[in-house]
Amino acid sequence: MTTSTTRAVAQPVSALKPRHDSMLRMSLRRLLRNRGAVIGGIILLVLIVAAVAAPLISPYDPVEMNPPARLQSPGLSHPFGTDNFGRDIFARVLYGTRISLPMGIIAVAISLIIGLVGGLLAGYYGRWVDAGIMRAVDVMLAFPGLLLALAIVATLGPSLVNAMIAVGIAAAPTYIRVVRANVLSAREYDYVEAARSVGVPERTIILRHILPNVSAPVIVLATLGVAGAIITAAALSYLGLGVKPPTPEWGSMLREASNYLRLAPWTTTFPGLAIVVAALAINLLGDGLRDTLDPRMKL
Amino acid sequence: MFRYILLRIALALPTIVLVSILVFLMLYLTPGDPASIYVGDRQATPERLAQVRHEMGLDRPILVQYADFATGMLRGGASRSLQTNRAVSDEIMERLPSTLELTIAAFLISVFIGGGLGILSALRPNSWFDTATRAVAMAGVSMPVFWLGALVIFIFSVQLRWFPVTGEGGWERLVMPAAVLGLVTAAPLMRLVRGSMLEVMGMDYITTARAKGQRESAVVLGHGLRNALIPIVTVMGLQLGALLGGAVITEAVFARPGIGRLIVDSILSKDFPVVQATILYVAVIYIVINLVVDISYGFLDPRIRLGAGQR
Repeated sequence: MTTSTTRAVAQPVSALKPRHDSMLRMSLRRLLRNRGAVIGGIILLVLIVAAVAAPLISPYDPVEMNPPARLQSPGLSHPFGTDNFGRDIFARVLYGTRISLPMGIIAVAISLIIGLVGGLLAGYYGRWVDAGIMRAVDVMLAFPGLLLALAIVATLGPSLVNAMIAVGIAAAPTYIRVVRANVLSAREYDYVEAARSVGVPERTIILRHILPNVSAPVIVLATLGVAGAIITAAALSYLGLGVKPPTPEWGSMLREASNYLRLAPWTTTFPGLAIVVAALAINLLGDGLRDTLDPRMKL
Repeated sequence: MFRYILLRIALALPTIVLVSILVFLMLYLTPGDPASIYVGDRQATPERLAQVRHEMGLDRPILVQYADFATGMLRGGASRSLQTNRAVSDEIMERLPSTLELTIAAFLISVFIGGGLGILSALRPNSWFDTATRAVAMAGVSMPVFWLGALVIFIFSVQLRWFPVTGEGGWERLVMPAAVLGLVTAAPLMRLVRGSMLEVMGMDYITTARAKGQRESAVVLGHGLRNALIPIVTVMGLQLGALLGGAVITEAVFARPGIGRLIVDSILSKDFPVVQATILYVAVIYIVINLVVDISYGFLDPRIRLGAGQR
């Protein structure tokens, strides 16, 4: 692995601060040259701004019903049309950003915490700690795709918070594996051996010498993971196992809209488009990050 | 080879046992009293709850309960659905063919399109074909199955009236769901196949094969694909998992009465015996699929087989 060796060489000279900074700046410059990543980043920024400024952008309340205006096609007063309760779909998609983006990010944060703790422990301590954690990973991976998330939701009960927990835990095995693999190779580096031989405490070795080696693949994995988590969380809501109506969430909007596909296709079009745009932006950014930080990574 | 297969099977068995323990514990990890979950939304007197607890064996030691659960599952699901009062195994067997039909059709579409485009794209990196394929794959990995399904229904059923909207039976009801599920899962496969092929095609032995004057098709298929197969087969195994999971959503979109629908409906109606049995059986099916994938490595790459034999 050529990339990990260059990183390994760059790490121990943390005394030479400027060199470290310039590497960061170098990565950033390379990222800015990646057209996909820039486009993805800009779209993501727009979405975040839209989420924050939602009340300023839309004059409508996302949950207020207005029966006389039900199922209106997109027009001047309702750019995305209205749904079966006469609610403005633009407002609901806009406010949905406030639910769906954080859901994806929090779910990934849960995976990250489990992945970092589990992966570091398994990779660094090895032996029975490793065996135990990897057995748990095997068991979790035995549930295909969405099934683990479904099992967790079935156990905890359907709700917004439980959907995030379910998506986060269900994705965690991949994080544990990636962290562990990188810790395993980092553990063998000479400077780790050197640190150990001069009596540096284990906690310091893990946090200062091992963890930085894990950061590049984990940043890439987590970024791409947010896109997947948004889609999975929306899927749970679509199945009726996540966010409950009338909360404006993209997946649950699509669930409600599925009965009006013939009558009012716009109720389906826009929430779905919002999911695709958000996921695409994050995937583009994640792909760019991978090309910049860890080109050999296969994700 | 025989030893390698035995070793793989021996490694899969504890996983199945652990999975069954986890699924068994689901009922206990659920907030609330298991007996009142079984009674459901109906009001129950303490006496009725005690009776249910006794009928379910909840008053016995937990190990005995697990043993009952496990033997019940081994015998094919002895428990009954709380909703329909039918044997869980009947419910599952009735719906399994529909899910298998969908998964297999989608798998073939996924492998054909994802694998084919991945190889072609890797042979001409950065050509217009490669760029276009990668863009489509990028859109594919960002596409939720349930939305693509809705779009396809709107275009091909509502507007063009080519296919019936929902249900199952007959190929015309299978085309849309299988295509949607297959296309969405083809995207990540295409990206991986392209990556592995690119890596392999840059190896020295490919240059050597070309220098020997071998036909390009022999170089690509005999030397390139053969060596890129291991990661591809791994992903195809995982792919089946994604398909089984994706089938849950696809069945909801197209109102197909399959296993996925059964899981979702039983979670929504808190029909715990059905939830547990269905999840456990699907997990075991998936473990067996991965076992087959693992064993096939041994055939594809002798190094793996020999490595395991020496241990």
